[in-house]
Amino acid sequence: MSPILEYRDVSKVFFKGKTQVHALSHVTAEVGDGELLAIVGPSGCGKSTLLNLTAGLMQPGTGEVCYRGRPVDGVNTHVSYVTQKDNLLPWRTVAENVALPLGLGGRRMSKAERAERVAHYVRMVGLEGFEEHYPSELSGGMRKRAQLARSLVYEPDVLLMDEPFGALDAQLKLVLQAELLRTWEGTGKTLVFVTHDLTEAISLADRVIVMSARPGRIRAVEHIDLPRPRDVFGIRFAPGFGDYFDRLWSALRADLHQGQEI
Amino acid sequence: MTEIAARPETPAPAKDGADDEVFLVDPSIRARRRENILVAVVRVAIAVVGLLAWEFASGRIISEFWISSPSAVWAALVRFVENGQLMPAVQATVVETAVGFVVGAVAGMLVGLVFGISPLVARILDPYFTALNSIPRVALIPLFILWFGIGFETKVVFAATLVFFPVMLNTFAGARDVDRDLIDVIRVMGATRLDAVRRIFVPSALVWVFAGLRMSVPFALIGAVIAEMFTSNAGLGYLISISANQYDTGGSFAALLVTTVLGLLLTFVVSVLERRALRWRPAVD
Ligand SMILES: Nc1ncnc2c1ncn2[C@@H]1O[C@H](COP(=O)(O)OP(=O)(O)OP(=O)(O)O)[C@@H](O)[C@H]1O
Ligand SMILES: [Mg+2]
Repeated sequence: MSPILEYRDVSKVFFKGKTQVHALSHVTAEVGDGELLAIVGPSGCGKSTLLNLTAGLMQPGTGEVCYRGRPVDGVNTHVSYVTQKDNLLPWRTVAENVALPLGLGGRRMSKAERAERVAHYVRMVGLEGFEEHYPSELSGGMRKRAQLARSLVYEPDVLLMDEPFGALDAQLKLVLQAELLRTWEGTGKTLVFVTHDLTEAISLADRVIVMSARPGRIRAVEHIDLPRPRDVFGIRFAPGFGDYFDRLWSALRADLHQGQEI
Repeated sequence: MTEIAARPETPAPAKDGADDEVFLVDPSIRARRRENILVAVVRVAIAVVGLLAWEFASGRIISEFWISSPSAVWAALVRFVENGQLMPAVQATVVETAVGFVVGAVAGMLVGLVFGISPLVARILDPYFTALNSIPRVALIPLFILWFGIGFETKVVFAATLVFFPVMLNTFAGARDVDRDLIDVIRVMGATRLDAVRRIFVPSALVWVFAGLRMSVPFALIGAVIAEMFTSNAGLGYLISISANQYDTGGSFAALLVTTVLGLLLTFVVSVLERRALRWRPAVD
C-alpha cells in the first residue's frame, strides 16, 4: 500500500490572544491507500486539528501534510469531511443537503442520476421518509446520519470522519458501523476516523493510532489483524480482540487523569 | 437495512396519526386554542371600547373640532370615496411606496452582501455610510425636489433612502453572521467562491434580510407620504395635509386611517413572503 496521506513531523500551535495552545507536536504518520485508520486520544489532544490539517482548512505550524506525495496547501478537495460539529445547511431539507455536493464546482450530473444517488445514500443511512424534513426537525443522531450520507454521496477517494457515531445510541451505532464497513469494504477508499470508543476503533480499523494528551503526539500504533469481512456485532468476542483492547487501553490510560473521559 | 427501517425513530412521519387521540386531548393544544380565542376577543374589545369612548368624548368633553369622532371619520371616508379622491390617492401612494421599497431594498441588499463578503471594502467605506445614515433624511427633500422635480421620482427616491439603510445594515449583519464552518465544509466539497455566495451567504443572510425588509415597509410608506406632503400634488399624504389645512379633522383622520391600513397590508404581504422563504426555520410560537 502506497501512502495516500503523509504527516511529516507536523506541529501546530494555536494563539488565542496571549495564551498559546500547543495542539500537535511532531506527529509523523502515513495512511495507506485504501486503509481504514482509527485515531483515538484524550479530549483536546488535537485529533480534530489533525483532520482539519488533512482537509487543508488549516496549515501546520511546522512540518507538512501530503496528499499523494504533494503538500496540501489550500483546501483539499480530494477528501470528504464529516466534521465533529453539526454542519447541515439548516435551510435545506435532508434530500437537498445530501444532494449539495453533487451541484458544486464543476460537477455535472443528470437530474435522474442525482436523484437516484441521493435516494440510495438516504436509504443507506436509514433516513427514508425524512427526505423533506429540515435539520431542525431531526434528532441529533438523524442529523449525523444525514451528514454521513452527504459525505458519501460524491464518492471521494478519502473520507475523514470526526466522531461520526459519537452521539448515537449503542444499537444504532452498531447498525451504522456495519453499514459503513459494508460500504467501505472492497471500494478501495481510504477512511480516517476519530473516535472516543476503543471497541469501535478495533472493530472497524486496519490500524489504530493512540494519541497522547496535549500536545498531541503519537503514543502507540496497533495493527488490527482481525479477518475481513468483519461482523461488528460479533467481533468483540473474536480471539485476539481482548488483547488489542488491553494494549490500546493501557496506552490510552497513561494520559487519563482521574475522572476524565477519553 | 431492514434493521434501521424497523426502528421506532424512523417510521414514515405521522400520516397514521390523524385520528390518534393525542391530537384531541393533548392539554397543550387545548390551552393554545383557548389562548387564541382570548387574544381575539380582547383585541376586538379594546377596539370597540376605544371607539365608543372616542365617540362619547367627542363634543361632550373635547370639542369635535380637535378630535373629530368615529362617525365623522366614517362620513369623511364615504365622502372621499364618493367624490373620487380616495382611489387615485391610494393608488399613487401604493405605487410610490412599492417602487421606493424595491429600489431601496435591492440597493441595500447588494451593498450589504458586498460588505459582508468583503470585510475590507466594508472597513474602507464604513465611515461614509455611517455619515450618510446620520443625515436627517427629511432635510434632503428640498434638494430632491430641486433635482427630481415634484413628481413621482422625488417620492420614490425619498422612500428608497429610508428603506436602504435598515436593509443594508441587516444584510451586512446577516452576511457577517454566516457560519464560517459551513463555508469550510462546502469548500472541501469543491465549492467555488460563487457557490459559497449562492449556497451559503445568500440563504443564510436571508433571515436577517427579511427582518430588515419587514422593518422598512413602514419606512417606505412613511417616505412616500412625507414626500407627498411636501410636494402637494397627489397621494394620501397630500390628502392628509389638504384636509388639515381646511380644518377638516375628520378628513385628516380618514386619510390617516387608510394609510395605516395600507401599512398593515404591506407588512402582512412581506410577512407572508418571509414565512415562505424561511420555511426551514423551526416555528417560533
Ligand atoms: N481554531 C482554533 N483556535 C484556537 N485553538 C484551537 C482551535 N482549534 C483547536 N484548538 C485547540 O487545540 C486543542 C486541540 O483541539 P482539537 O479540537 O483538535 O481536539 P480534539 O482532540 O478533537 O478533542 P475532542 O476529542 O474533545 O474533540 C484544544 O485545546 C483546542 O482548544
Ligand atoms: Mg475533536
